[in-house]
Amino acid sequence: MEQQRKIGTRLKSALLVVALAGSLGGCATSGNPKDPIEGFNRAMYAFNEGLDQVIIKPVAKGYDAVLPTPVRTGVTNFFGNIADLFIGVNNLLQGKPGQAASDLGRVVLNTTVGILGIFDVATPAGLEKHEEDFGQTFGRWGVGPGAYVVVPFFGPRNVRDTVGLVLDVKADPVAGIDHVPTRNTLLALRIVDIRADLLPADKVIEEAALDKYTYVRDGYLQRRRSLIYDGNPPRERED
Amino acid sequence: MKWLLGLAAALCIAGPVVAAEELMPDVLVRNVTNEVLEIVRADKDIQAGNVSKAVTLVEVKVLPHFNFARMTQLAVARDWRQATPAQQKILIDEFRELLVRTYSKALTEYRKQTIDFKPFSMAPNETDVKVRTEIKQTGGKPIQLDYYLEKNSGGWKVYDIEVGGISLVTNYRSSFSQEVRANGIDGLIAVLQAKNKTAEAPAKTK
Repeated sequence: MEQQRKIGTRLKSALLVVALAGSLGGCATSGNPKDPIEGFNRAMYAFNEGLDQVIIKPVAKGYDAVLPTPVRTGVTNFFGNIADLFIGVNNLLQGKPGQAASDLGRVVLNTTVGILGIFDVATPAGLEKHEEDFGQTFGRWGVGPGAYVVVPFFGPRNVRDTVGLVLDVKADPVAGIDHVPTRNTLLALRIVDIRADLLPADKVIEEAALDKYTYVRDGYLQRRRSLIYDGNPPRERED
Repeated sequence: MKWLLGLAAALCIAGPVVAAEELMPDVLVRNVTNEVLEIVRADKDIQAGNVSKAVTLVEVKVLPHFNFARMTQLAVARDWRQATPAQQKILIDEFRELLVRTYSKALTEYRKQTIDFKPFSMAPNETDVKVRTEIKQTGGKPIQLDYYLEKNSGGWKVYDIEVGGISLVTNYRSSFSQEVRANGIDGLIAVLQAKNKTAEAPAKTK
């Protein structure tokens, strides 16, 4: 208990420092119109990176090293199955009933035949996995992206997706579990599992980026744009 | 030994014939992808993270099909015109090195994913096309991997790659222009050279 409180205060002071650094750095932007609060964002990015380096990444590496691949895949599938339900809802909200039906079919099939989602039997059966969230739904509805924001703990977003994120978290079935220890265990496991899946990408970005912050930001902006158009955005090329 | 001569002769004849009969862009992408992945699947060194070996593979099998001048021009965008021909050449060389190493690094992370080639069609006189492929992975949504190709005198060449909607080329645009605005074209060249040097150093000591 005591220790928990200590960590809590430490976290709070760390956040305060980061927020302060952010507001100070706010003046020093490079003038990118998509990133008007770059100073703040860079500070948040540094905070998230620090958290990742010290806690999340080492745990994810250990997790990746210890668990055999089939088990890892089972965990990823289990959470993916829960997410499919929510992806289906978003597809419905975006006016894509066909895709929503396919998502629902995935959940039914994987939960039963795939034993609570541990095996993804739906993909080989021809029901492809989708990727949707409230941020994309808003985008479909015509809401503009707004400025780029690096959210503490969650990472890159824009204003639209940050609002979406709040709803994503609210609608998240795992976060809604009443039994607190079960909920926290599952939330932590999901974070570690997602992070472990990203380990290879991490190395490639390290290799590619001149400035990791800018590389991640621009990649995020391109990726979101592409997702809203379901992988087929109109071309945006100036020579 | 005679059969060797015969083989050499056959290759000499076959070579120009293959070149003259130009491959369709989707066939080109499929052939190169399959060939490279087959080698990676069989190569324990590359799988274990030997980047310099992967670089050699990429240089031999992939590089000839890429148009790096066009890629660099796309990444440098508006500032390209203010670079002298000499600066442009250095930019192309440095950017090529950066992209090749990134691509090679990605190859060492390749596991058992399979590639799906999407249906492709084009008008006969088209000179700029997109070839769509997908990386299938267990437990996740497939990752889109698209190649943009342009036809010039040397046949079809790739000038952009998009992974999950992220262009590996234009993703550099804002960091490049930021650098040029602060320190000019030479500043950008210096940054690229520094990046390539630091990345090379640890790879060589291994």
